[in-house]
Amino acid sequence: MSLLTTLARLEAVRSGRAEPLATVRHRHLSERPMVLVPLTTAGESGAPLAVMLGTDRDAPRLHLVPQPLNRTLRFDFLAELAADLLPYLESFAEDVEQIEGSEKDPETGEKTQVFRELCADAPQLIVPNGAGVHHLALIGRSTRFRRTAEDAEPGPYPAPLRVPLLGRWLTHLTDRAQVPGSSLLLPMTGLLSRHWATGQSHLEDQHLAARLAWHDPPEGLGGARAAELVETGRDEHGQLLHPPAGPATDPRFDEFVLGPAISRYDAAVTALQHAAEQRDGTAAERARAAVRAAVDQLEQVLTAVLLPTWRDVWRGLELLRALPSAGHLEERWTGDRWSYTGHRDRLAAGEPPQPRQDDAVTAARKLAQREREQTRLDVQEALDDPLAMAEHRLAGEAFAGVVADVVLEYDTTGRSPKPRPLVTLHTADRPHADLGREVHRVHGPSTQKAEIVAVDPAEGTITVRVLSGMGRKKEPEPGSLPEPGEPVTFTLFELTVRQSAPLPEPDDTPWTHGGPPGAASVPAAPASEEWE
Amino acid sequence: MNVSTNVPPSGPAEPLAQRLAELRGPAPQRSLNARSLAALAANPGCHRRAVLDAAGVDKTALAARLGRPAPFGQSPFAISRGVIFESRLKADDYGALLEPLRAHLGVPADDRAPLLVPDLLHRSGPAVRADRTAEALARAAAEPEAWTLLDHPMLRLDVAGGTAYLEPDALVVHGGRCTVIEIKSFPVLDGSADPAKVGAAARQAAVYVLALQRAAAAAAGQPLADDPYTEQRLPGSPRTSVLLVCPKDFGNRPTAVAVDVRRELATTRRQLSRMTGIGRLLEALPPGTDFDLAADEEGTPARTTEQLTAAVEAVPATYSPDCLSTCELGFHCRAQARCDGRVEQLGRGVRGELGSIRTVAGALAAASGTNGGTTSSGTDDGDPDGVGTDDAAERLAYAAALRAEALGAGA
Ligand code: SF4
Repeated sequence: MSLLTTLARLEAVRSGRAEPLATVRHRHLSERPMVLVPLTTAGESGAPLAVMLGTDRDAPRLHLVPQPLNRTLRFDFLAELAADLLPYLESFAEDVEQIEGSEKDPETGEKTQVFRELCADAPQLIVPNGAGVHHLALIGRSTRFRRTAEDAEPGPYPAPLRVPLLGRWLTHLTDRAQVPGSSLLLPMTGLLSRHWATGQSHLEDQHLAARLAWHDPPEGLGGARAAELVETGRDEHGQLLHPPAGPATDPRFDEFVLGPAISRYDAAVTALQHAAEQRDGTAAERARAAVRAAVDQLEQVLTAVLLPTWRDVWRGLELLRALPSAGHLEERWTGDRWSYTGHRDRLAAGEPPQPRQDDAVTAARKLAQREREQTRLDVQEALDDPLAMAEHRLAGEAFAGVVADVVLEYDTTGRSPKPRPLVTLHTADRPHADLGREVHRVHGPSTQKAEIVAVDPAEGTITVRVLSGMGRKKEPEPGSLPEPGEPVTFTLFELTVRQSAPLPEPDDTPWTHGGPPGAASVPAAPASEEWE
Repeated sequence: MNVSTNVPPSGPAEPLAQRLAELRGPAPQRSLNARSLAALAANPGCHRRAVLDAAGVDKTALAARLGRPAPFGQSPFAISRGVIFESRLKADDYGALLEPLRAHLGVPADDRAPLLVPDLLHRSGPAVRADRTAEALARAAAEPEAWTLLDHPMLRLDVAGGTAYLEPDALVVHGGRCTVIEIKSFPVLDGSADPAKVGAAARQAAVYVLALQRAAAAAAGQPLADDPYTEQRLPGSPRTSVLLVCPKDFGNRPTAVAVDVRRELATTRRQLSRMTGIGRLLEALPPGTDFDLAADEEGTPARTTEQLTAAVEAVPATYSPDCLSTCELGFHCRAQARCDGRVEQLGRGVRGELGSIRTVAGALAAASGTNGGTTSSGTDDGDPDGVGTDDAAERLAYAAALRAEALGAGA
């Protein structure tokens, strides 16, 4: 946490409300995001209990596993989820544009022009919190290797047809979520934390409803009190008034509501089996009704604990949409579209599922990509948002001020003199830099380098000598230099992180297109992973 | 599962134990178990917690009386999952448990050295069970060739004038040494497990290792090695690597992971020695302070909520948001930290950034450049971190100016 964030938190403590950490929205938001609120069964790693999802705030859909320990029911659930989610994920695959690029022939080294398809838009999943992302990754891991009836050796427990495909998509999305600035899958708590500070700690901010309480505290209550009510308020049956955002459920909900409802379901199913064995038609009829009633009741109680979080996620989207979007969103979203397109192509090319563990080369490449994207994100956010730039100024990596003076000077060592003007600005910023350090002008008409020639803390001035970005003539191009009285910002870091190539990252290239061979050479792993 | 009980030491009570018993009042002593001892390490600096735990005060009940009950609970699903996993491991003469242990410890598969599983008198009281465990351990250690499994042994650990009884899941004894086995129901997925859970398990196992080390040193008539990182090779002494047995991937097949707990061991030892030095903390308490949670026959509590609140207040606390997940009094101490406007409410890291500024008001005053003495209101315990008040105040004021400028420009 930086001092500026801490300051914003301190202000939030005083005001009792969330305080801004950004002046623009730094993440792409889809026109049609899929909100997904998953629940898991306590004690069972990655065992789904229910999910509420949909693209329409007023029409959430619920899927649940009436007995989470039953493998068949779990497969039924996953098949339902696949049938619901895959059409959304696949709906972006058809509409494409052709992107022109060049490719080097590995043998001749000759560059040839190529066209590559890029999907015009991509899906976006929003979950309540980071634990939700992790849960989807677990579902992805537990399903992508499953065999189905269509496989040569389906094994003893074949999964429904589209379940492994769902697993591969979830794996791709959760993997992509590790890339800084990516937006295919986003946790709402993370989105809110990026844009607002609350008067509580990061730990408490993981509770979606508690952090939202700082945005809309009820009349007369400060954020702290409102958040505490959300965390601890219980009804007369001891149930939380505002259930946690999952995927874990409240233990007391498990004990007093969910547990009994599941037991009722189990009892009804047992009765049904018994009736079937006895060939007792009326008893079977009664038992079937009891099973239905038990499922209905499970639907009711799970809807009741999911709906508040469902509304919270949409409320969060509303808050975020009220912010103007940052300048570089488009560019970063293009990276997400490449990622989506690449996965689409890998599936079409019949590649095996993502391996359990990346091989060393892939792992290293992914790490390098994430580092690169982090740098790009930092720079872009700083360019897009004065509050993000303020972080760099505070850290001594940038300085901003108003131009006091511009003195034209020339470098006469060459054959023809070159303009090397001195620009002095008033600023309280103290860059951590020695004289002679190269700096970069922010938001100039073109990229412009300069070097620091004087720092006068007593006067509050910094003087730089401009080295480039003034055209090729003897005199600087009109408008290429800042005028006295104009605000100007320089950074110590470069502002052009290697532009994202017009073609996708190697990781997003299917091997049929010369992408990394790693994924293809790893055999699809386990045939019969135990799962009970 | 950790079932353990604390019993007061026999014979005339030492003054410390007596003072602690007075603090607790007539309520039954809350047992210190490995989990609660391990949790001490989560917030080592907190005197409040140290005093309450040493006195065996029921912090859950105390938190409820203070009006902010502890939010902890365990889902019955998680509990039954743990029970099922452990019972599967122990079925068929520990068949499933032995499989992963073989690989790690070299337990032989053939019959030449059969696994001995002595009866540890599980139905008896803790003292009897602890004696029995000690005997069984000594016997097993005396036969280096044999493989012995102690199923739910009982260990003793003296803590601040009382005896805590601890129950690890199992010990395997071979070659004259023993290894602590902890059975956990969180999975090891593709070779790695949740680091937070592994960390918690390691802290807990370290408490067992310490109890075993002390017992082995006492039996050998030697002092415990000063350096917690050296492994003392005494008869029956534990290895400092413990084995976690967890489900593999998504199934019920077990897998074992060796975890080196020397670091946790060092923390636990430091922690416990601080508990023994608790006398000094007690002396600082105002006379008459106690945490008596008992009620008379009509249900009238011995102490009013105000009295309890004041008693709790009398012991200094070191709140940080981590407390919310590690200590029963978390919500109470948070409310107090908020009420006092202390900066720790925002997180541990904040202290370092704000130097000796300790209050929200002080920090905001510094930020607005009007810190005419306000900052010192929160400065009470020096400035160990080396960030001077002026330095921090200056940076805050600078940050505030940048923030105001940016928000103005962005609007
Ligand atoms: S909650 Fe209070 S008593 Fe418990 S460790 Fe934190 S500060 Fe100490």
